[in-house]
Amino acid sequence: MTITREAAPLVQVKRPLLLPSLYAGNARSVMERGILATAKTNWLIVVSGFFEPVFYLLAMGIGLGSYIGAIQLPGGQTIPYAAYIAPALLAVAAMNGAVFDSTWNVFFKMNFGKIYDGMLATSLGPFDVALGEILLALARGFVYACGFMIVMQALGLNLAWTAILALPAVLLIAFAFASFGMGITSYMKTFQQMDWINFIMLPMFLLSATFYPITVYPAGLQWVIQAMPLWHGVELVRGFTTGLLDSATPWHILYFVVMILVGMTLTTRRLKALFLN
Amino acid sequence: MPSPDTLSSTANNAVISASNLTKKYKDFAAVDGISFDIAPGESFGFLGPNGAGKSTTMRMIGAVSTRTSGDLSVVGLDPNQFGPEIRSQLGVVPQEDNLDSELKVRDNLIVYGRYFGLPHSYLGPKADELLEFAQLGEKAKSRVDDLSGGMKRRLTIARALINNPRILMLDEPTTGLDPQARHILWDRLFRLKEQGTTLVLTTHYMDEAEQLCDRLVVIDKGTIMAEGSPSSLIKKYSTREVLELRFGSDRNADVAQQVEPLGERIEVLPDRILVYSDNGEVVLQKVTDLGLNPLTSLVRRSSLEDVFLRLTGRSLIE
Repeated sequence: MTITREAAPLVQVKRPLLLPSLYAGNARSVMERGILATAKTNWLIVVSGFFEPVFYLLAMGIGLGSYIGAIQLPGGQTIPYAAYIAPALLAVAAMNGAVFDSTWNVFFKMNFGKIYDGMLATSLGPFDVALGEILLALARGFVYACGFMIVMQALGLNLAWTAILALPAVLLIAFAFASFGMGITSYMKTFQQMDWINFIMLPMFLLSATFYPITVYPAGLQWVIQAMPLWHGVELVRGFTTGLLDSATPWHILYFVVMILVGMTLTTRRLKALFLN
Repeated sequence: MPSPDTLSSTANNAVISASNLTKKYKDFAAVDGISFDIAPGESFGFLGPNGAGKSTTMRMIGAVSTRTSGDLSVVGLDPNQFGPEIRSQLGVVPQEDNLDSELKVRDNLIVYGRYFGLPHSYLGPKADELLEFAQLGEKAKSRVDDLSGGMKRRLTIARALINNPRILMLDEPTTGLDPQARHILWDRLFRLKEQGTTLVLTTHYMDEAEQLCDRLVVIDKGTIMAEGSPSSLIKKYSTREVLELRFGSDRNADVAQQVEPLGERIEVLPDRILVYSDNGEVVLQKVTDLGLNPLTSLVRRSSLEDVFLRLTGRSLIE
C-alpha cells in the first residue's frame, strides 16, 4: 500500500497583512473543530446554559416580581420588575456562555487535551487559534441570547423596537468576555486557580445592577461596580430593550471595544509565549 | 509565499540548513551552536540521550520555537519570520501523542487537514487512503482513546501526512511501543522513505537509527559529536566486532587490566567489559587461554551504541 504524492506543495498560505507569522487567516477551521467536538460530546452542557437565565427570569422576574410590581429607575421612569431584570439576565447569559467556552474549555484543551500543540504544528498561527476559539464562544453566547430574546418577547418584556439592537450588543459583550477570559485562562495551571473565575463572576452577576439600580450603594461602591464589565453590559442591553437610551450608551460600547482589543492582544501574546517560545 | 527563486537560493539545495544554531533558556544552552544540512529525500537522524537537545532542535525546525542565535532555513525560509508558511510544508509527529480525543479517528485526520486550509473534497479520500496506509481502515469510527499505543502512533503519522508534507518530522517515533508495534511502524516509515519523503527523526535507539537513517548526527549536551552514515560512524569510531564479558560486578574492574591488551580498546561498564577488535572470537579464545573464566561472553557486531560510548564515555540509555 503506497500513498499518492502530489508534486506541488498542496498548502498555499496567503500571507495576511495583519500579524504575519501569527495569523494564517484560517480561524474558521478552529471553529469547525469546536462545533464537531461539541456536537459529539458535550451538547447537554450547551443546552443547560440556555435554561439557567430562563429559570432566573421565572423565579426572580415573574415570581418575586409579582410582589415587587414596578420599579422606579434613577431617571424617574417606572417599568415592570421583570422587564427591568430580563435585559440584565440577557447580558449575563451572553457573559456566561462566552466565559464557559473561553475558560473551562480552553483550560482543558491547553492543559490536558494538548489540542493547541497539535493546532500550532500546522499552518495555523496563535491568532487563528485565539480568534477561532473566541468566535465559537461568541457564537454560543449569541445562540443563548437569541433564545432568551424569544422568551422575553413572548412574555412582553421587550418594551421598545430598539430591543432588536440588544442582539448585536450581546455579541459585543460576549466577544469582550471571551477574548479576556481566554487570555486570563492561559495563566491558570490548576483547578484551584480556575475557581477564582467563579469567585469573581458570581458577585459581579449579583451586584452589577442586575436585580436593582446601583443607586442603592454608597458612592464609592458604585464606582467599583461601574468599573466592572458586566455593569456596562447590563446598562447597554437594558437601554435597548426598554428603549430608555441615554448619553452613556456610546461609552458602554467603547468600554467593550477596548476590552476586546486588550483581550485579543493578551490572548495572542500568551499563546505565542506558551506554544511558540 | 515567496517565489520559487527564493526557495532554491539555499546552499546546495538543502531543505533544512542550520548554522551555529543555538537555543538558550536563561543561562542554559539546550542547543549549543550546531550546524547541519539535510538534503531533499534524505532520511536524517538526531541520535542522543534524553536531554541532549534533540527535541529542542526539532521544535526550532518545526517553527514552534524561536532560536536564540545562529541561522536556520527550512524549505528556504526563516522560521522566525515564516512560521505558518514553513509549517504548511511539514508533517510533525511529536514525542507525546496529541491526538484530539474529542474526535473520532477519521475526524482527527479531516479536522487536522482543515487546519491547513485544505478542502473537504480533498480530505475525504485522502483520509481514507491514509487510514489504509496506517492499517487503521477498520478503526475509522473508533474513539481515539480506544486505540493501542502503536495504533495511536500510526494515526499520528497518518495525520502528519494529510497535507502532503515535503518533510516528515518524527520525535522519538517508537519510544514506549512494544517490539511488534515498532517493526510495523518502521515498515511504514521505510515505505515513505522509498517514496521520497524527507524524514527527520530523533531517537535514542541505535537499532532505529540504523534501520531508518541515511545519515545522522550524534548529539550530546547540545552539541554535535559526530556526523555520518551509521556504517561510516561505526567504521570510524569503533571496530568491526565487540566482545562482551561479564565476570560479576566485583571482578570486572580487577580483570580489566589483564583483558586490556587483548583488543584494540576496552570499555569497563558497571556490569560488563566491552573489548573492541575486528575478530571477537579470537579475543575470546585469548581470554580463555589466560584462564579468566567469564560468567557469560558474547561476540556481536559494533553498533551505534558503541560509537556513542566512545564519543561520550556514557551509554545512551542510562
